[in-house]
Amino acid sequence: MFWLAGAVLIIAYAVIPVIWIVSLSFKEGDDITNKSFLPTVWSWENYRTVFASDLFTTALRNSVGMSLIATTISVILATLAAYAISRLNFPGKRLVLGVALAITVFPVIAIATPLFNLWRTIGLYDTWLGLIIPYLSYSLPLSVYVLSAFFREIPWEMEQAAQVDGATNWQAFRRVIVPLAAPGVFTAAILTFFAVWNDFVFGITLTSSEAARPVPAALAFFQGASQFSQPTAPIAAAAVVVTIPVVVLVLLFQRKIVAGLTNGAVKG
Amino acid sequence: MSTTIPAAPPAKSPAPRTQRRVRLTDRARHERNLGWLLAGPAFIAMVAVTGYPILNAIWLSLFDYRLTDPGGREFVGLGNYAMILTDGLFWKQFGVTSLITVVTVSVELVLGFALAMVMHRALYLRTALRTVILVPYGIITVVSAYAWAYAFSNTYGFVNGLLGLGEFDWFGGTWSAIATVCVAEIWKTTPFMSLLLLAGLAQIPDDYLEAAKVDGARAWQRVKRVILPNMKAAIMVALLFRTLDAFRIFDTVFIMTAGAQGTETLSFLAYRQTISRVMVGLGSAVSVILAVLVVLIAVMFVKVFKTDLSQQRGDRK
Repeated sequence: MFWLAGAVLIIAYAVIPVIWIVSLSFKEGDDITNKSFLPTVWSWENYRTVFASDLFTTALRNSVGMSLIATTISVILATLAAYAISRLNFPGKRLVLGVALAITVFPVIAIATPLFNLWRTIGLYDTWLGLIIPYLSYSLPLSVYVLSAFFREIPWEMEQAAQVDGATNWQAFRRVIVPLAAPGVFTAAILTFFAVWNDFVFGITLTSSEAARPVPAALAFFQGASQFSQPTAPIAAAAVVVTIPVVVLVLLFQRKIVAGLTNGAVKG
Repeated sequence: MSTTIPAAPPAKSPAPRTQRRVRLTDRARHERNLGWLLAGPAFIAMVAVTGYPILNAIWLSLFDYRLTDPGGREFVGLGNYAMILTDGLFWKQFGVTSLITVVTVSVELVLGFALAMVMHRALYLRTALRTVILVPYGIITVVSAYAWAYAFSNTYGFVNGLLGLGEFDWFGGTWSAIATVCVAEIWKTTPFMSLLLLAGLAQIPDDYLEAAKVDGARAWQRVKRVILPNMKAAIMVALLFRTLDAFRIFDTVFIMTAGAQGTETLSFLAYRQTISRVMVGLGSAVSVILAVLVVLIAVMFVKVFKTDLSQQRGDRK
């Protein structure tokens, strides 16, 4: 009973703030300021407002595009690196992991402010590339890290076993290595996507217009400078829209995400 | 950050005694080349995208340089640092940042441990729990900040009604504004802490707890004498990661208070100096100081608390 009560509390803890922002996004007119948890009338009005605004739709396109590109680049480079780290013996492999670790804890703003100056000089300010490059500064170490932890657990000897059994190199790679490595690569991709999708610091420091501004940064600009008379509820609607991909990924891949977060973190 | 690549093992010039040795060295050399061929691109990319900005920040921090007045750029040596470190405002923001870090990380440790215990023991709803706990983790920080800012708002929010606080303005005073920022941070990041602790908890053999139970240890004694000592490593790693993360807090403060009412943090200061006031030299110096502080915290954890990252993170296998 005690643990069941705890479980219910955890669920309440996790979902109440989310239900609140969803509820706010469906409020309309006087409901917005009535301070009650739920709307009296559920309305799609704010979603219509948000999707009718270039400010939001462009930002959404920027966020999706840049996050996917940065995630893809990171995961490809990190897969090669993690494979080498877990399977090959070469001097400096600990250094690669050490550098990745050092970079993940580095304050992002300390990288963003110098880039602000540099990007203005070389014309990368307010462009997709100008954000994708700095995204790599945290997406790449994260991918290297998660993938190295995964690959360390893989029984690579199975490749030789397959070859002994008569498989060609290509068959051994396709039938043995790829299925073994794919779940780790996939998990790293999800965690990396979360990290990049969450970006606010680079989005706010390295953009000045809709050309490259991602959603989290755009949300901050809804306030005041927008065409909305009262941006609260539209902001809530936009916030809900960008939360949907997160919730979908969590629901589908819960087990993988938990494994990715903890794998290697507490193993001796 | 040291980026020196350890020297390759000295080549074996004396003639090897057997053919087998020669082939092994060849193979080792091949493996080494392949290793760097595969790991090189990621390594170079990581060092380039972070190393260059950092060196650039250090360089710029030595100048009195305002973006709107490039002609007036002047070398001032450590002048910017002297200016910052003798400014009361910097120390106030250092205090705010440290306060938020200590409060959030301590609450998260206790709360995260409680969540981990429940998730570890829960017979029912196991999958449901591990799924919902990922929602705060995965949600965008800015979205979480808005949700909490509106919840605490005395125009839109339900919190005052729930607590019977009437028209209380949470964002009108320093302490209450910092409290709201802490609540939002704790909500968002406790799940990460609890999942790390849960993984540590799962590593404790059930026999230990059974033995303690048979010996008559009470629940609290089992936690204190068996569970905590066996989880020390996991706890330290979780604390280190969260402390470094909390110290660079930016998004939540930006959205919830915009630094008003004395809630400005060090990351926010670096942002405001560089981007809003275009004082690139001064802002860069703040960034460098922030980076140094983060390194100091990490060193403190490793040296003082003996957090063995390499072992914990399994680099030694």
